[in-house]
Amino acid sequence: MRAAMDPNTMQALCKRMRREVIRAIHSVQTGHPGGSLSCCEILCALYFAHANISPENWLDPGRDKIILSKGHAAPMLYRILAEKGFFPPAEMATLRQLNSRLQGHPYPEKTPGVEVPSGPLGIAYGAALGIAMADRILGRTRCRTYAVLGDGELNEGCVWETTMAASKFCACNLITIVDRNGVQLDGTCCEIMPMGDLEAKFRAFGFHVLTCDGHSVSELVEMLETARDDHQKPTVILANTVKGKGVSFMEGKNIWHGRPIDDAHYQIAMNELKEDANDSVNS
Amino acid sequence: MTPSIREVYGQTLAEIGAENDRIVVLDADVSASTRSIVFAEKFPHRFFNCGIAEANMAAMAAGLAHGGMTVFANTFAAFITTNSLLSVRSLIAYSHANVKLMGAYAGLSDAYDGYTHHSIDDLAIMRAIPDMRVMVASDAEQTRFLLRYAAETDGPMYIRLSRDAMNDLNRYGRLTFGKGSVLREGTDATILACGALCGTACQAAAELAKQNIHVRVADMFTIKPLDRELVIRSARETGALVTAEEHSVIGGLGGAVAETLTEAGACVPVIRVGVSDTVTESGPYGQLLAHYGLDVTAVANAVERALSLKRAH
Repeated sequence: MRAAMDPNTMQALCKRMRREVIRAIHSVQTGHPGGSLSCCEILCALYFAHANISPENWLDPGRDKIILSKGHAAPMLYRILAEKGFFPPAEMATLRQLNSRLQGHPYPEKTPGVEVPSGPLGIAYGAALGIAMADRILGRTRCRTYAVLGDGELNEGCVWETTMAASKFCACNLITIVDRNGVQLDGTCCEIMPMGDLEAKFRAFGFHVLTCDGHSVSELVEMLETARDDHQKPTVILANTVKGKGVSFMEGKNIWHGRPIDDAHYQIAMNELKEDANDSVNS
Repeated sequence: MTPSIREVYGQTLAEIGAENDRIVVLDADVSASTRSIVFAEKFPHRFFNCGIAEANMAAMAAGLAHGGMTVFANTFAAFITTNSLLSVRSLIAYSHANVKLMGAYAGLSDAYDGYTHHSIDDLAIMRAIPDMRVMVASDAEQTRFLLRYAAETDGPMYIRLSRDAMNDLNRYGRLTFGKGSVLREGTDATILACGALCGTACQAAAELAKQNIHVRVADMFTIKPLDRELVIRSARETGALVTAEEHSVIGGLGGAVAETLTEAGACVPVIRVGVSDTVTESGPYGQLLAHYGLDVTAVANAVERALSLKRAH
């Protein structure tokens, strides 16, 4: 486990990641802001406060692995990978453009730091389970595989195929985090496909279920450490989040799932995400 | 008695598994049918029965490959190209994962189970996926060759297997990946076949020889990459082609051959023997093959049609 980052520093980092993701999405006029903003703390907790993964250990098969199964949040993943040093942050300007290493959805053949392709929802979760099983077969007992899913993604039947299999194969080295932002492309999750009691569902599938505030890095890290120490069952962390978190007009609004950001909205967003005195002291 | 292709497959996979501890095998609750059960019994820690959940099985296969394993994923061909296809396309092929997709009970070989279990579109579907190598088993020796090639060669592959037995074919020369295997020489026309239709084509050629019609027959067991050189050379040397496959006439070997000839400007008559664009019925395997025009008579008739077009050409 890595040394804990000061909470104010982490908060400032998350705000900066949000700001730069919005800047990138605005500049290329394509990309998914809502789901990128909701998983910011989840990915920051994993990459900066918990998981053992960096450009330095990337070729070590015993590293931890992080799979962004909700691949449409690629802008946030890419910005965080750049912050980790996998590629220069300036490449964010090439997001989704021809000849870029940053495809619309994560693609390991092009983007350093990406493990497996994701985007079509659900399937990368199965790949995460496969990675965890390879680690087990090859005796890599210290590492873990982390899969970050959206709650809309849970509509996909193959997600439940994977949960069945993870439970059958006692995949305690697979840690699932659901970015439970309550909103999907066409509306709220309750409107589009109500998933009922997710705690009970995952428990019934044989998972150890944890719940936390998905915008609190300290709570997320605590849950991740608990999950890492479970040697009996796969763990799911239901991380309660807000879609579009940090930009008032996007919060909880499905229309900002994948909508380009016009100049007027961009100015409002950047104003809300601007660096303040505390951030500059701590970042 | 000639062993069934699935039995050859199961035994060979277990042999390869004993030699290479990076081999891992997945199945979707049909291991007794695909015969991956032979491997499962010997190497239970490297076998995952994923249940009736083909999308997750193929996704897990991609992850296991990413983790350093060579993965053989098994189920009926009809389910690999449907339930598993998203994972096949967007995980396995897209990331060049070292996964071998073993399409069991392909063609009409799961005869009595009917259209839902027949697989007459798998070659077309798999051929269109970038980076996917597509192969068809045609006898026991060649099935062993394909499995060894798959185990030793990195990257995604689809190998089509039959439920049934296939008689050993006499071949000119050694099997080479990407090269058609010539089964019979002839100068009047060429039958380019794959899978069960290789044996059928050889029988048809033997019948035609009685009428002094001499036909070359080749097993085009790598549908992708196709042996373009052999296709074009056969067109130029024999002037008439018949393709023969246990697959739809759309998008399989026949489609691949026609595309190749057209682009090469080597246009000669091509008659495609395959299932016409139709849904298939249940029935005894042999009767089904005859019903859908995949028997010796149909292949011989196709050669005669090709020759008649050649004469009019």
